[in-house]
Amino acid sequence: MAKEMPKTPLLDQLEDGPWPSFVTGLKRLANDDTSYAPMMKSLLGQLEHSYDTRKGYWKGGTVGVRGYGGGIIPRFSEVAGAYPESSEFHTMRVMPPAGMHYDTKTLRKLCDIWAKYGSGLIAFHGQSGDIMFQGISTENIQPCFDELNEYGFDLGGAGAAIRTSMSCVGAARCEQSNYDEARALRSVINNLLDDMHRPSLPYKMKFKFSGCANDCVNASHRSDFAVLGTWRDDIKVNQEEIKNKVAELGRKGFNDQVVNLCPTRALSLNDDDTLEIDNKSCVRCMHCINVCTKALSPGDDKGITILIGGKRTLKIGDLMGSCIVPFMKLESDEDFDALVELTESCVEFFAENALEHERTGEMIDRIGLVNYLEGVGIEVDPNMVAHPRTSSYARMDDWDEQAEKWNKRKGNAAAE
Amino acid sequence: MSEAKEAPRMPDECGVPDPMPLMHPMMRENYGKWDWHDRPRPGVLHHVAKSGDEIWTIKAGTQRQMDLHTIRKLCDIADEMADGHVRFTARSNIEYMVTDEARVDPLIEKLEGEGFPVGGTGNSISMISHTQGWLHCDIPGTDASGVVKSLMDEIYHDFKHEEMPNRVKITTSCCQINCGGQGDIAINIQHTKPPVINHDLVANVCERPAVVARCPVAAIRPALVNGKPSLEVDEKKCICCGACYPPCPPMQINDPENSVLAIWVGGKHSSTRTKPTFHKLVISGLPNNAPRWPEVAVVVKTILKAYKEDGRPWERMSEWIDRIGWPRFFEMTNLPFTKHHIEDWRGGRNALNQSTHVHF
Repeated sequence: MAKEMPKTPLLDQLEDGPWPSFVTGLKRLANDDTSYAPMMKSLLGQLEHSYDTRKGYWKGGTVGVRGYGGGIIPRFSEVAGAYPESSEFHTMRVMPPAGMHYDTKTLRKLCDIWAKYGSGLIAFHGQSGDIMFQGISTENIQPCFDELNEYGFDLGGAGAAIRTSMSCVGAARCEQSNYDEARALRSVINNLLDDMHRPSLPYKMKFKFSGCANDCVNASHRSDFAVLGTWRDDIKVNQEEIKNKVAELGRKGFNDQVVNLCPTRALSLNDDDTLEIDNKSCVRCMHCINVCTKALSPGDDKGITILIGGKRTLKIGDLMGSCIVPFMKLESDEDFDALVELTESCVEFFAENALEHERTGEMIDRIGLVNYLEGVGIEVDPNMVAHPRTSSYARMDDWDEQAEKWNKRKGNAAAE
Repeated sequence: MSEAKEAPRMPDECGVPDPMPLMHPMMRENYGKWDWHDRPRPGVLHHVAKSGDEIWTIKAGTQRQMDLHTIRKLCDIADEMADGHVRFTARSNIEYMVTDEARVDPLIEKLEGEGFPVGGTGNSISMISHTQGWLHCDIPGTDASGVVKSLMDEIYHDFKHEEMPNRVKITTSCCQINCGGQGDIAINIQHTKPPVINHDLVANVCERPAVVARCPVAAIRPALVNGKPSLEVDEKKCICCGACYPPCPPMQINDPENSVLAIWVGGKHSSTRTKPTFHKLVISGLPNNAPRWPEVAVVVKTILKAYKEDGRPWERMSEWIDRIGWPRFFEMTNLPFTKHHIEDWRGGRNALNQSTHVHF
């Protein structure tokens, strides 16, 4: 006799309302005439049990594919006696194409493979950016991975490893993009696959790539190594379009919404409704460009800023990424090689110096930014601080030597 | 000699797939060569390339945790009404691209007819960032998909319209690790009681020194309990964060009554105008009331209403509160200000008002 649909009075209440309902989707799978239907009936039963008791019932374990040490999130049910068909409900983390572009042929193929081996449930995408294939038995993992892998997809990161990365839509469709985000992501991550697939770092390490300071993939806080697009020449201005914008918003509106919101007071509206920009004071925050999409755009001398050490609460509290590379070009093959080399240095230093379960930001908090910079081979720069130190409790007996170093660097830069 | 077996297949370590063959051909052709954009209506972006090419993007909400039927339906729509290409945003919205403006309205009608709301652009409230919860996580204090579904039902209008001062990003998290991340509004589990320890299991399940090391306040120490090696918690020191629970499941932190929901506001990832900011606590103690968490929705809507009415154009939640001040925020939202709002974690002094700047 076919397994019956469980009664789910609590989950049923999540089928009402205008937003698409995941419960309706789960039920569709449970009602299918396919191999995964019994698993999904069972899963619905366990989820209803969670809603009823307000507790989760999954535990981890060890499940993987041949040749890799990570990428599968093992889930075994703690209430398998009551819900046996979903006693194993593992997730496969699979890396999406950079920028999360798909054609329908690819999506359909992923669906077909998952229908054959898994639960029929897929999340586009997890918080790190993985395609989350949710719900598969231990024995089906290897054949499912083999098919996905032969189709050109690879597992993402889990545990103490390099994690799956994300980049914004960027150059593919956004005029505010300042570098080739997809190329940067693939150059960096595909060079670190060994540390992704064979977890042996002190803890996780995340990279994220946003094309500008708007940071559409939340790199600044949600990655240990954040790459954000910027430029170092002047903002490009089309004064005729500025006049149109002033006409649209009114002078007061333009001043309120554009000029007065500039964080460094770098803007001024001239009497003839053209815009004056103090580019030396501008910090490339993107605000005026966001408002005046036709009139203003990033300059031509584009590149990246790198922030390091962003992370969430565990263990010492939230940390925001902080600037370690104020500007770096990212156009030529050599530029991309230099970025890849820097990421290698950062991963290596992390692997050798972080304590167990310590993130990069916490390690820097413990050892100080200067030690980190020396470790990865970066010179100090005033763009790395909000302001210089306020405490005199420091040894400065090599002051002259350090000042000489700065003066020499300044001299070299001037000579270039 | 035994017969030689075929070597097992080893992974092709192919890494991140190349998006170029998968993206819409017009995006590929104009890669890095876009000129400007505007938003003709909520849910639609219009990008113009330097070549003069134009592309319209229609953004729609999904339930993120999608069944195959939903994904195939989204594909059918792309094949029939768009050009067979889609992309997903960081917040699980799906984007369709068309190169003919005449195809925009029929596509919107089709998506809405199939139950996928079109919106999430500009100064709207986009899809809530989404974790795993009871559906799949091993340490969840609450569900994720259900919380998100309930709230999106409540703020549906503001997903589909651009009526907020600026974009609003809402996040949810099922434990204090906060996988959902920073948000203009963040809805996170807050535990209020120390872990309940099953001393029979600790020695076999947990690597005890690692668990001791995880505690942010050094409240855990090894102990012999009933003759068995276990761990004990100094409950006076314990901050009930749950950091010990993932490495040691016998230290159960989740509790149907005492794991409550807290709401935080003013998180911001971008460096646009102001530097990025962390979200700040505004209320805790809300019940973990599945399946629809009505108490949470009431507070979220109260905060959104105040922001919508009082925020100036382009002010994000944190920037609005910076201007009006926290006393007025608590006044406008009618939420209680308590001793728990005052930071006492490391660096907490930086969160104090070290000035005579006082709001009246």
